[in-house]
Amino acid sequence: MIKRLLGSLLLLAIALPASAAFDIGQLMDDLAKHKGGKAKFVEKKYLSILDKPVISTGEMTYTAPDRLEKRTLTPKVETLLLDKDIVSIERDKQKLSINLANQPEAMAFVDSIRGTLSGNRAALEKNYALYLSGNSDKWVLTLLPSDQKIASMVLRITVSGSKNQVRVIEYLQADGDRVVLNIDPVEAK
Amino acid sequence: MTREAGRALAIWLLAMLAGVFVVWNSRFSADMSFFLPAKPSAEQQVLVDQLKEGVVSRLLMVAISGGDSAQRAKASRTLRSRLEKLPEFVAIQNGEAGSMNADRDFLFTHRYLLSPAVKPEHFSVEGLREAVANSIDLLASPAGMMLKPLLPRDPTGELVEMVSSLNAGAQPNTRDGVWASRDGERAMLLIQTTALGSDTDGQERAIDLIRNEFTATVPGASLSLQLSGPGLFAVKSRATIKSEVSRLSTISTLAIVAVLFFVYRSVRLMSLGLLPVVSGALAGVVAVSLAYGTVFGITVGFGSALIGEAVDYSIYYFVQSSRLGVDQWRARFWPTIRLGVLTSTCGFAALLFSGFPGLAQLGLYSLSGVIAAALVTRFILPPLANRRFAMRDLSHIGPRLKCAVVFLQRLRWPILVLALAASTMLMINRDHLWHPNLSALSTVSAADGAIDQALRADISAPDARYMAVISAPDREAALQAAERAGKKLDALIAAGVIGGYDSPARFLPSQAMQASRRAALPEPSELLKRLQTALADSPLAPNKLGGFLADVETARTEGRVSRESLNGTGLALAVDSLLLQRPNSWSVLLPLRPPGGDKGVDIAIEPVRTALAGSGALFVDMKNEFDTLYNDYLHEATLLSLAGFVAIVGLLAITLRSARRLGIVLLPLLIAVVLVIASLHLAGQQLHLLHLIGMLLIVAVGSNYVLFFDQSGATELDDTTLVSMVVANLTTAIGFGTLALSNVPVLYAIGITVGPGAVLALLLAACFVSKRAT
Repeated sequence: MIKRLLGSLLLLAIALPASAAFDIGQLMDDLAKHKGGKAKFVEKKYLSILDKPVISTGEMTYTAPDRLEKRTLTPKVETLLLDKDIVSIERDKQKLSINLANQPEAMAFVDSIRGTLSGNRAALEKNYALYLSGNSDKWVLTLLPSDQKIASMVLRITVSGSKNQVRVIEYLQADGDRVVLNIDPVEAK
Repeated sequence: MTREAGRALAIWLLAMLAGVFVVWNSRFSADMSFFLPAKPSAEQQVLVDQLKEGVVSRLLMVAISGGDSAQRAKASRTLRSRLEKLPEFVAIQNGEAGSMNADRDFLFTHRYLLSPAVKPEHFSVEGLREAVANSIDLLASPAGMMLKPLLPRDPTGELVEMVSSLNAGAQPNTRDGVWASRDGERAMLLIQTTALGSDTDGQERAIDLIRNEFTATVPGASLSLQLSGPGLFAVKSRATIKSEVSRLSTISTLAIVAVLFFVYRSVRLMSLGLLPVVSGALAGVVAVSLAYGTVFGITVGFGSALIGEAVDYSIYYFVQSSRLGVDQWRARFWPTIRLGVLTSTCGFAALLFSGFPGLAQLGLYSLSGVIAAALVTRFILPPLANRRFAMRDLSHIGPRLKCAVVFLQRLRWPILVLALAASTMLMINRDHLWHPNLSALSTVSAADGAIDQALRADISAPDARYMAVISAPDREAALQAAERAGKKLDALIAAGVIGGYDSPARFLPSQAMQASRRAALPEPSELLKRLQTALADSPLAPNKLGGFLADVETARTEGRVSRESLNGTGLALAVDSLLLQRPNSWSVLLPLRPPGGDKGVDIAIEPVRTALAGSGALFVDMKNEFDTLYNDYLHEATLLSLAGFVAIVGLLAITLRSARRLGIVLLPLLIAVVLVIASLHLAGQQLHLLHLIGMLLIVAVGSNYVLFFDQSGATELDDTTLVSMVVANLTTAIGFGTLALSNVPVLYAIGITVGPGAVLALLLAACFVSKRAT
């Protein structure tokens, strides 16, 4: 009981300075206004087993609130489509569909992206503790998994951006490997 | 006289005792072999084997509904753990995590013997460079993160190679860690029984066990269980046939006994009258049992019709001889009855030649039954009945019947017009009369069928429609043949003709294949040298691949996969169900999956046949085989019915010796057939095989009544004969008509056709054949 009280006090202490100028609710409202768009991405995976990062590039298309298409163009063409709770991956001639409802851990992982993009605070707080720093023009949102199962895979997710646009998502995995996803929006014509 | 009676009785009793002995030792069955071909083609044999012992015929689908998803998942887990311990079940799948670990471990441990990519060039400098680069590319993919821990031991991506060639088909939904229906509202299990699909007792035991264990798992009634599968259909169908046999026989016997009692008003005469019936029914079962070894339940169910037909002879005897005396009866009426028996016999005998076992049995059963009943009437009944029996005088009904005959005769022209209209309608609709497939004969109710469909869709259960089948003298040859056919099938996958296939050689490669894969693996020093060259520019340093070098060396020196290595994995089941040991050979089944997507759910048959030509693999489309089977049956039944009809016509032609009389005798029979079929069509019934047989039986049975009118010669039929015919006709109609109450399509179709047909035959005979009252 006391522990929990202390915990929430601590949370309050971290959140308070931000809330004065710019708080999570405000960020979420901003993000929720973003109705979607197209972006280029560069993803770098830093893996301990490899001497160099693995780099992939491609395009992402987001349609609020729950459709996200990630088309990898290099090194190999591959399409990942997240539509509601169904993830489909298409590579070469193979197609794989996963229903996220069947995979609670994967669902939590996907929710970290989807919740951020759509400004769905409730979905994020289901699995993560949220910490915000910076201001509206340059913010950093840190997600720390609250569930032990998720924490055994991902230690921390850091999302940074400006206004309602997410720019970088970084995953720090439990084994020390890192994935950095840079997002560069393509202006709508 | 008493001595003669005594002797007759003694002979009859002895025959009956022998009959009872045979029946006592007979095997009765109510399974689907009633419908399966007696002399199957190679393709049909595959179908029969699959239905009797195929894996799909041993699958039961279970759905648990009610409560919340956590309760359902708990019940699913408990049920699985309980059933798993029982010898009646081979496998219980509910999607629980951990149940696949053994499979994955097996694939990983033996990857260098199992992966189709393992070839010498795969381990050359160039091959290694490419394979490793691929694996690294895969790490970039979102799915790749799951493969990251495997990279140091499997840098060439053999596991991915194997898994991607496995069934990529739909997996069931999951809720709370166990399989669930598509809407998530039911927990699903897939259970494979130890009992074969053809072992109805075993299936019944397994189903009861599942139900009992479920009740024990879930105290109270918060959750409910739904079950379906071929096994359940077999059990239900048997129960239906069993209950129908006793129900129909009871109804028909009671109704006929009531008629007889009304006519005779004597318990003694009534019992004697039933004597030929009992003898006929017994003789029928005995003949079938001796000829076929197994008596089908449906055959016994047909007994209810036989009762109605067989009782006719004793009715003729009692009613007609009561006035004329036995000798007169023998002289005047017996020839007509004999001819009637012979025409009926012709009809039933035609069925004996059917390749549809059920039909052949019905034929033999009725044939022997009718002959036995006639013989008992002719030779046993007179001495037993004694000359003096008090028969109720029924002649007062005669005049009324005659009025009816006169009335009918006035309707000749309207009836002819009606018959013409009916034939025209049938001609016009001749393409829509028939039910197109074997399901018309199935005892599975529409409701049960719908439940099965729903469960099947929810669990993505295999339906095993397309299959390539290979025979070989031993296991090694069978597996090698499977590998050869597999190569041809791989080409078909690449061409998009098929979506995929299963093969036992995937988890149990032939020894030859294993040897060639072992030979493709380089020695450790050589492999390291090649790796160093290949990975010079790669982000993956060779010094991190110690696990890979060790695993390759283990596989190269001591790798071996046998059937025993598969024990404890789910793959063992897969291999056992696809690689079957037969008495003198081995069979391989390669189920093929349709391409799916916009290419539809069907496989184009010709390209597959062409591709497999010469490989020794036989391509079978189960649905097509079922349809062909039914069409063969239908075609054959048409020929047999025609042959039976021709035999009856021939018999009548020889006896009547007059084309005109022959025409007059046949006319009412043909009109009866046309009117019955037209009515059935108008009532919206789709005709099948057994309706066709029913048409033949209308002619075979109906001819008895027509002949009485014909044989009366120039004189009008006397009152008593007329009465005997009406009573006999009534009992026949009751016997066949009772079958129309049946839920078994085979029996129903015969009942609904022959019951009304027999009555119409009598009425039309009175109309067209009887002498005009002047």
